[in-house]
Amino acid sequence: MRLQHFWAWLSLAIGMVYFFLPLIATFEFSLRMRRGVYSFDAYRVVLADPNFQATFGYSVAMALLTIVMGVVLVVPTAYWVRLKLPRWRPVIEFITLLPLVIPAIVIVFGYIRLYNTSSMLPLTGTATGTNFLLLVGYTVLALPYMYRAVDTGLRAIDIATLTEAAQSLGAGWTTILVRVILPNVLVAVLSGAFLTFAIVIGEFTMAALLNRPAFGPYLQVLGANRAYEPAALAVIAFGITWACMGLIQLVTRLQKHTSARR
Amino acid sequence: MALTAGPGGRTARSWAWVGIMPFLAFALLFLILPTMQIVVGAFRNPEGAFTLQNIANLFTPAILGSFWISIRISFASAFLGCVIGFGVAWAVTLGELPRWLRGPVMTFSGVASNFAGVPLAFAFLATLGRVGLVTVLLRDWFGINLFALGFNLLSFWGLTLTYLFFQIPLMILIITPALDGLKREWREAAEILGASPFQYWRMVALPILWPTLLGTLALLFANAFGAVATAYALTGSSLTIVPILLFAQIRGDVLGDPHLGYALAFGMIVVTGVGNALYIWMRTRAERWVK
Repeated sequence: MRLQHFWAWLSLAIGMVYFFLPLIATFEFSLRMRRGVYSFDAYRVVLADPNFQATFGYSVAMALLTIVMGVVLVVPTAYWVRLKLPRWRPVIEFITLLPLVIPAIVIVFGYIRLYNTSSMLPLTGTATGTNFLLLVGYTVLALPYMYRAVDTGLRAIDIATLTEAAQSLGAGWTTILVRVILPNVLVAVLSGAFLTFAIVIGEFTMAALLNRPAFGPYLQVLGANRAYEPAALAVIAFGITWACMGLIQLVTRLQKHTSARR
Repeated sequence: MALTAGPGGRTARSWAWVGIMPFLAFALLFLILPTMQIVVGAFRNPEGAFTLQNIANLFTPAILGSFWISIRISFASAFLGCVIGFGVAWAVTLGELPRWLRGPVMTFSGVASNFAGVPLAFAFLATLGRVGLVTVLLRDWFGINLFALGFNLLSFWGLTLTYLFFQIPLMILIITPALDGLKREWREAAEILGASPFQYWRMVALPILWPTLLGTLALLFANAFGAVATAYALTGSSLTIVPILLFAQIRGDVLGDPHLGYALAFGMIVVTGVGNALYIWMRTRAERWVK
């Protein structure tokens, strides 16, 4: 048993080295901009860069829009399928899993060919149209995570009873969805939303191929031309991912408390 | 089929299917039709007639080489990710490590499995690049020059090592619930019948986990195979894996034949599709046992 103990700790130690060394190295590297001393110069330069501000703002806006679009698309559908069309569930679930099978680069390739300027719906012809394509592309990427989160949330509540209760009090479908179902699956929706944010904020492939001024392509260009700033940005990106996951844990824990009280 | 959705053979037409129309329309327009466009394009010549020539054109040494190195990297990172991830998950769920470690390990896995793309490439450049921390320390402290030994991040092992940063955590996230699903009674029953721990794992636990393990392997494979950003941001085209080749093709038609691009994308769908079909099939088998 002692030997097993030893191996367990040893493998944990190796794992820690593998996972923390790149993070430490990145952080250390990001501090090396000024010769001879550690400084936060790289961060200062990056944060003051107007291109950083513009692309980061663009990606944040994109992520928020993606979340809104995902919620509007997924919550009513998952609710409706559970309530009225249980036989459609395998079909819908299969569709939501497709983005894991079809690589993002193939999907965006399809957009470029299907919605090009000589097509029936020339979305790539205008900036607004291309922004819209990027938005739906991100919604597609987030679909597997969003749908699973919401569907799990719906499973935990009795939607049939809630719906009947709301209906007998005279509520219409919109009222039921917005004021009864959504508050009850809010934690699930928030989990999906934070995950979506983490995925969208640094996404590279779709934004680069659609030529949008997003954070991901900016990161790549900076990485090709600068030494220390990319490391600073990697640290920031890791922090954002960490914050998103932390928020998911936080809202899940809050829900556990409220349901225990009930 | 949705017209008679009600049970008991109600004859009244149900309009319930209208409720999922927005979703189906979205999926059709922005997921299925674009993919079909690629698949159909792979079997068409520039005049629009059916042809197998595009697929045949994939079989050049350069493109086959791209697929081969892509498949090797994806498989290696998926396989190592499975083995190491399984070890970690085992250690924190059933192994000797204290319980309190489980929470932090799971949280970190959630973060690291989503920390992919361009920033991940930067992190590994800062670690194992030409002036990276580990490279410099190995050189200054131990006199080992990694690059003189032939190490390069843009190589089979370099990319595999980088991909493992998100593959291992993904494995941990997927396999931990499965390990939790192993019933205590099974182990006790095996022990009462005189099985050693090794026999329990070989004859009871692993056969039950086998579909989950193989299925996750397939998912990790597809995950690595479709990844573009990390490899692209490590700069240089010295390692033309398939997604990088397709990226360059979409941007600037480097292959000089638009329809060859379709065929390349179609090849990617086939490879990841086979991987994921395996995953779904294995999971339905696994769910029969682990409930």
